[in-house]
Amino acid sequence: MLQVNDLHVTVEGKEILKGLTLTINAGEVHAIMGPNGAGKSTLSAVIAGKDGYEVTQGSITFEGKDVLEMEIEERAQAGLLLGFQYPVEIPGVKNIYLLKSALNAQRAARGEGEMPAPEFMKLVKEKLGFMKMDASFLQRAVNEGFSGGEKKRNEILQMLVLQPKLAMLDEIDSGLDIDAMKVVADGVNSLRAEERAILLVTHYQRLLDYIVPDKVHVLVDGRIVKTGDAELAKELEANGYEGIEESVA
Amino acid sequence: MSDTQTFLDTLATRSQQRAGEPTWIAARRQAGAARFDAMGFPTRRDEEWKYTDVRAIAKGNFALADNAEFSQAQAAAITLPLDAYRLTFVDGVFSAALSDLDALPDSVQVMPLSKALAENHEAVGGPLGRLTGVDFSTFAALNTAFMEEGAVVRIAPGTVVEKPILLQFLSRAGTPVMSHPRILVEAAGRSEATLIEHYVGEADAANFTNVVAELMLDRGAILNHYKLQEAPIGDLHVASIHVEQNRDSRYTSYNLNLGGALVRNDLISDLNGQGAETNFYGLFFGQGRQHVDNHTKVNHNAPLTFSNENYKGILDDRAHGVFNGKVYVKRDSQKIEGFQSNQNLLLSDRAQIDAKPELEIYADDVKCSHGTTTGQLDADAIYALRTRGIDEATARGLLTLAFAGEVLEKVALDAIAERVELAVAGKLPERFNLAGLVEAAAALND
Repeated sequence: MLQVNDLHVTVEGKEILKGLTLTINAGEVHAIMGPNGAGKSTLSAVIAGKDGYEVTQGSITFEGKDVLEMEIEERAQAGLLLGFQYPVEIPGVKNIYLLKSALNAQRAARGEGEMPAPEFMKLVKEKLGFMKMDASFLQRAVNEGFSGGEKKRNEILQMLVLQPKLAMLDEIDSGLDIDAMKVVADGVNSLRAEERAILLVTHYQRLLDYIVPDKVHVLVDGRIVKTGDAELAKELEANGYEGIEESVA
Repeated sequence: MSDTQTFLDTLATRSQQRAGEPTWIAARRQAGAARFDAMGFPTRRDEEWKYTDVRAIAKGNFALADNAEFSQAQAAAITLPLDAYRLTFVDGVFSAALSDLDALPDSVQVMPLSKALAENHEAVGGPLGRLTGVDFSTFAALNTAFMEEGAVVRIAPGTVVEKPILLQFLSRAGTPVMSHPRILVEAAGRSEATLIEHYVGEADAANFTNVVAELMLDRGAILNHYKLQEAPIGDLHVASIHVEQNRDSRYTSYNLNLGGALVRNDLISDLNGQGAETNFYGLFFGQGRQHVDNHTKVNHNAPLTFSNENYKGILDDRAHGVFNGKVYVKRDSQKIEGFQSNQNLLLSDRAQIDAKPELEIYADDVKCSHGTTTGQLDADAIYALRTRGIDEATARGLLTLAFAGEVLEKVALDAIAERVELAVAGKLPERFNLAGLVEAAAALND
């Protein structure tokens, strides 16, 4: 589904990713772990299309299409969706507007008409319930005045409504207490499906107790230095990243 | 021939047609004409008109309408869907057919100016012109010279008017005409009412409206005043609104400007008694070559008075906006609070805003602040929306609506908020019509 090949990325002249290769297939949950500054967030930002990241070498393809040639919104419409580590506050834009226009943009890209309002409302209310969010969230401005936990739940709510093919979740566990983490994890787990893949970017193993990955990658200094199963995350938790870095060196 | 002469000639013709009228009116009319002639139309050399060129009015040749014909179906299509006491004027001429004062209680008088004059002209003569004299501006003088129709609203002490009072001004396509409506509101002590001025019309109209409104709030009176200006895009619109506030009164203005080729609003509140409060909320949206000028002034003439102002401008294409907001604190008007904010959003490189907040304070124990900002849309927010599959134009549209939303959420009347929201969303650049989203949100509330 997603193929990242020998990816080199510079930010303001500094090379952050130095030849990253990663393959994610449908039905899989991948976790990328690594110390601060390793390039974890850079990877998801480049895949999403954020400005300021220059790809100097390598490629990213999604279902055979060249992601780097696609507009930001085309990537999302194709089913590549990024959940932010720091969700942006958008004063005045109601959540309901965001959800409806995003969903309809996706449908339009597939050549489908707008979802009728009653059907849309039913869908949204169901997903809200799942995320234990009150209906009043829909009338509130996107993330404005939300607590850290509410912002993260809101990111997952968007995923549940938009049903991406590949959900990339950047540090979705940061700033969450244990109850909020369970709700968020339940939301993410509900996305697991044969036809869908999930990419978790995280600093801590804690999240992976709730969302058990098929594959764990260790990202150090712009490269994936080790890949394993869920057990690898536990090793990291016990021994830290230093052991890995040494073994690579 | 000078610019003023065209207007004076029209006035002379009109005066010959007019049957005898009370001497005080004839005298004021004459004074207005003389003042208008002496002052002439303002030019950009006048400080108050530095950014607004009125030649489109001065060089115009406007007739006066002589009937109020307007199809019921067409009126129904553009009227605000509100349960209201309604007076309708078509190019300034009163239309009984399109008005509805059913079940108006005895404690409230709402009537066309012509009727108020016919019934008891002396009761009109006292208050009329007390706040807006002929010296205020060329346009006030011109209005006084031509005044013959408009609305008189009188609310008895302690009366809470349950339904809004809607003054609807319709502009027709055809030969350009001018109208000079005069609005007089006397809100007695502890009364409470909502007044709506609504300017709308046929798309191809190119008329000149020059309205003067005088609003008097006695002790403890509350008046919510909506001005929804969605005049046809070719219309020229000048408005002078003066508010007099006695002790503990509260006036709130919602000055919403969407239409017109050339628009100038002067809004002035005199806070004359302790505890008086005035709130000015404004939104102006310009596109094409629209020119929208809002001049506001709050006069804190008494201690312990409060003002709060928030104006938002959205300008696209080559539109030009002007915001000039003045807060004046009279000598020894202590413990007043005056807050003012003006934010402008430029959607195009060629759009222009001239913003000038002014404070003039002659007391030492006051709380005042003002600020104006002009910017573009937030790039991070546009990115965040695009990562959800929303194309850039729509993302910009949503954010523009959001910018307007900060003032719109103050609007308590849904029919008006929705009209503005739809207008701003529907008029946004290109492809995407956000109207469906607005409706979806409305459906959710049902």
